[in-house]
Amino acid sequence: MAVVNMDGEKERVLDRAPSLEVEESFSNTASISPEKSEPDSRSSKRESALLLEVRDLAISFTQYSKGLRQRTISPIVDLNLVAKRGEVVAVVGESGSGKSLLAHFIMGILPGNARVSGELYYDGLPLTRERVERLRGREIAFVPQSVQFLNPLMRVGAQVPVKGKKKREKEKELRDIFARYRLAKGTERKFPFQLSGGMARRVLLASATARGARLMVADEPTPGLDDAAVGEALGHLRELADEGRAVILITHDLEQALGMCDRVAVFYAGTTLEEAPASDFNGDGHDLRHPYTRALWMALPSNGFHAVPGNQPTPDSLPEGCLFSPRCDIATQICFSERPPKRELRGGWVRCHHAA
Amino acid sequence: MPLEARDVSFRYGRGDWVIHRASLTVDPGEVVGLKGESGLGKTTFARVVAGYLFPQEGVVLLDHAHLRRGCYNPVQLMHQHPEKAVNPRWRMRDTLKEAWEVDDATLAALGVEPSWLGRWPNELSGGELQRICLARALGPETRFLIADEITTMLDAVTQAQIWRAILARVRESGLGVLAISHDGALLKRVADRVVEMVDIMKW
Ligand code: SF4
Repeated sequence: MAVVNMDGEKERVLDRAPSLEVEESFSNTASISPEKSEPDSRSSKRESALLLEVRDLAISFTQYSKGLRQRTISPIVDLNLVAKRGEVVAVVGESGSGKSLLAHFIMGILPGNARVSGELYYDGLPLTRERVERLRGREIAFVPQSVQFLNPLMRVGAQVPVKGKKKREKEKELRDIFARYRLAKGTERKFPFQLSGGMARRVLLASATARGARLMVADEPTPGLDDAAVGEALGHLRELADEGRAVILITHDLEQALGMCDRVAVFYAGTTLEEAPASDFNGDGHDLRHPYTRALWMALPSNGFHAVPGNQPTPDSLPEGCLFSPRCDIATQICFSERPPKRELRGGWVRCHHAA
Repeated sequence: MPLEARDVSFRYGRGDWVIHRASLTVDPGEVVGLKGESGLGKTTFARVVAGYLFPQEGVVLLDHAHLRRGCYNPVQLMHQHPEKAVNPRWRMRDTLKEAWEVDDATLAALGVEPSWLGRWPNELSGGELQRICLARALGPETRFLIADEITTMLDAVTQAQIWRAILARVRESGLGVLAISHDGALLKRVADRVVEMVDIMKW
């Protein structure tokens, strides 16, 4: 039912989030301590670079279909991901690989019937549901896809929470933030429908950074944009990382991501198959560790357009051994019987019995 | 026996022209790439060429005759969001059946797994759904395919699979394709020739 449809699910969650964020910004802005939540490049050198860690995450749902038949689906099987300060980590994979569900997990907005195992740490401490509720929309911000996240009935200036006590201070702060995102004077007095798509996206980013976000989760932030708009949207994410924030960029578009990310985590059927430095994506892919990562790289139109046959398994019928084994041309006996464990390899890590 | 748009112009109501005097010909067995940034009328042009919109000026001709209505449309249109192109209340099997009796060979060639046919649209991923839509579009009477950003939302492997399946069909049965995309590298890969949206119009 609904849970399999991650895209539909995503849409519903997205629908809910804006009111949440806007509410928060008005009831809680005063309680945000700017010193604490502003990213600080000096302190980030002292602290560990690690900001978020997802360890061996598994998520499953039980579905009841007609006649009380029950089945379990496992859209997330074995996910690992770290986000570091000052870095963009790209999460790539095809639709259904668990990318969006991971975002929902981090934001604490999974459906209630989800069974979850694994660990989630933020800033060295477990990120519990209560804690994420406190941090969401402030330290942990979601970069939404569309303009619909703005409250249509409110001038956009009022949707960007600013520091400062006096009216004058606040106005100046707002002007500075808008100037940074190249929003012309007077934009703050406009309503969302009066903005272009690009401007609206910049308002959203301004709003997220004004709240002092330290971790940005961007889920497919460039859907259907043309090249110039994509470049701008991704450029902003890069800047946010360069200022000391950690950015998770979730995307189906490997090529776009490679232009600006530091590391790539490759998802497939709910499992992280590999994490590699972006620079390992070069030439014929011999620096890459996993056959699927290589397949993805070599499938780019500029790299040969190779099409590995077969399909990603669905979450209710996962193969027993390696999830890629039905499609892998170097699979051996062990690949069909045992899931390969995660292991470190050449500055990254991989889940493959035969990666060298 | 080409598909030809001759000086077609289209606008909604009394608005500005979305496309103006656009002309383009696609021959059977030919893949023409149409490139351009969003907002330049590519999608409107696709809908006009496929017969979904009537141009206020100009004509669309198939085999030098007007497109006929009320029968199977030999010019099939596919777009970016397959989830919007299927009935959410139908299982995939019924979605296919409505168009034509899709044979196993076609399903296999497109990488459609038999188990998908019993599923509802919301139980399939975007890539899986797009392959179903492609199977639906490639009936035996289909002569031209208008592919409007059909792999823009898909990963690179799925994109390559879908396009290779289309190109096989071009070679085997002389399907003509209008491939519309903002992605120059993709068009260079799949198309025999690439034209820019701005260059096919006259103002
Ligand atoms: S574990 Fe085996 S089947 Fe899986 S990717 Fe590695 S070699 Fe291929």
